[in-house]
Amino acid sequence: MKPSNARFISQEGEINLAVQKKYSRKDTGWRLFLKTIIARAYPRIIGQQREISWLLFDVVMPMLAVIAYVFVYRALNAPEEYIGFVVMGGAMTAFWMNILWSMSSQLYWEKEQGNLALYIMAPNSMMAILLGMALGGMLATATRAIAVTLLGSFMFGVTYEVTSYLQLFSVFMLAMVALYGMGMMMASAFLLFGREAWHMANLAQEPIFLASGFYFPIKSLPFWVAAGASIIPLTLGMDAMRQLIFPTGFQFGFMTVGLEITILAVMSVVFVVTAKYLLAYVEKIAVREGRVTESRR
Amino acid sequence: MQTSTSWRSFRMAAWLGWLIESNWTDPFLFAVYSIVKPLSGAAILVIMYGIISGGNFNTPLFPYIYLGNAFYIYVGAVMTGVSWAVVDDREHYKTLKYMYIAPIYIPVYLLGRGVARFITGSIAVFITIIAGVLFLKVPLHFADINWGLFLVTLIVGVVMLAMLGLLLAGVTLTVARHEGFIGEATAGALYIFSGAVFPLDVLPEWIRPVGYFMPTTYWLELLRRSLVGNVAQAFPTLANFTNMEILGILLGLSIFFGVVSVYVFRWCDSRARELGLIDRTTNY
Repeated sequence: MKPSNARFISQEGEINLAVQKKYSRKDTGWRLFLKTIIARAYPRIIGQQREISWLLFDVVMPMLAVIAYVFVYRALNAPEEYIGFVVMGGAMTAFWMNILWSMSSQLYWEKEQGNLALYIMAPNSMMAILLGMALGGMLATATRAIAVTLLGSFMFGVTYEVTSYLQLFSVFMLAMVALYGMGMMMASAFLLFGREAWHMANLAQEPIFLASGFYFPIKSLPFWVAAGASIIPLTLGMDAMRQLIFPTGFQFGFMTVGLEITILAVMSVVFVVTAKYLLAYVEKIAVREGRVTESRR
Repeated sequence: MQTSTSWRSFRMAAWLGWLIESNWTDPFLFAVYSIVKPLSGAAILVIMYGIISGGNFNTPLFPYIYLGNAFYIYVGAVMTGVSWAVVDDREHYKTLKYMYIAPIYIPVYLLGRGVARFITGSIAVFITIIAGVLFLKVPLHFADINWGLFLVTLIVGVVMLAMLGLLLAGVTLTVARHEGFIGEATAGALYIFSGAVFPLDVLPEWIRPVGYFMPTTYWLELLRRSLVGNVAQAFPTLANFTNMEILGILLGLSIFFGVVSVYVFRWCDSRARELGLIDRTTNY
């Protein structure tokens, strides 16, 4: 005879089985850290690709600036390599915009929407969340940057001559690591902002485009201005890439490629380590002053 | 004495818009923000020009680029200022539905919200031009300015931009995604087709007609002519047109786009009401 609570026994058996299954294991330590990174990167890599209109806007907006500046150089009868500089700069603006709006402002927006408190309460590292944001943002933005580069090169007949693929790859990767390390630092700092966050991010567009030489060689600026702007990893990254990609690029170099690679490597380490400590410090302040859940407009 | 609904809507919207635009920080930081952004944008062009020309700022092309870029600040500021009010009120403050049931005219209200951006834009334009005159020797001589033409052109242009902003505001009402980008993308596209920083002749021939159809092309040309006269007329694009002819074209196109804007806004507004979009929030 079947017991009257057979249905419940069966459900309990299924529950026990579920708890014992492979993916129901509670992850801790480095496994949790890694899973958090992947989980936070996932929406940026997969989710954004599902939104085709985002892809369109993220390519069209930088392209508008590229087209305008290309025609300015054409009106000035500039040498053709300057057209290439503009195309490259336009592609790299995608990364800086990603840093401003998807890294720096992200925790602020999470706070606005009420998710930040959940992030802090969850049993995972905030650093892993920031790393996931950085990784996802880097990969998603890279597709846009490639699209801008291909479109701009096709439209304006830009050609490239890479002198060293190894150095080019090193420069790009180190610039990205340093840049996103800086983005993680800025994300922590923006956590303390109220409604100024949007305006601060807005303010950091044109001045950085100017100081970092997105559309012209940084060597054209006074030395100390260029040196100061080198704190932005993209400044030295783009300077090195110009020297490696364009035949006459070496004429426009601010520093040698080797020196720039070294500086970028140092920046990568410093920024990422600083981001870790800054995040912990800012989180402590935010919790102490009750800014984790405030929404000020 | 009861003030008219339109004037009341406009006045209160302008006051509200100014409070929102200026109230996010202390006056010093606000001033820095208002100065640094436009000057940086101008400086990019100045450096680009300086590199290629070898520092020779005495050619006619430099004031063409510099003044065109300076006044183009109005395009982004006014158009985006009007259309962004929909995003601000609907998504951020969630007050758009209350505006709709208040005793105000919504189109006039939205135009009023653009006044604050017009003011901050004016400050930016003024600072950019002064910096150009003082440090870059832009050939602007106050005694030689055609003030009548300048003021008429400026007023017509700002009204035209406000109406274009109203058109964008209507479109913004009906879209869920990228509503914040609409004003920016339109301003960016017009930047290429208005002859703002390069003569239209630089564009490929097949695409130039787009520029000739844009009222901003004639607006910027007239502003340059009223400020720097012969220098601006050194370029062949509109050299065959007199000032009055260009003003006539500007007025005609402004009226045309104004009428289109009103009809588009009405249609978008009724569609938004039908679909219940007035109080929709997307957190997008």
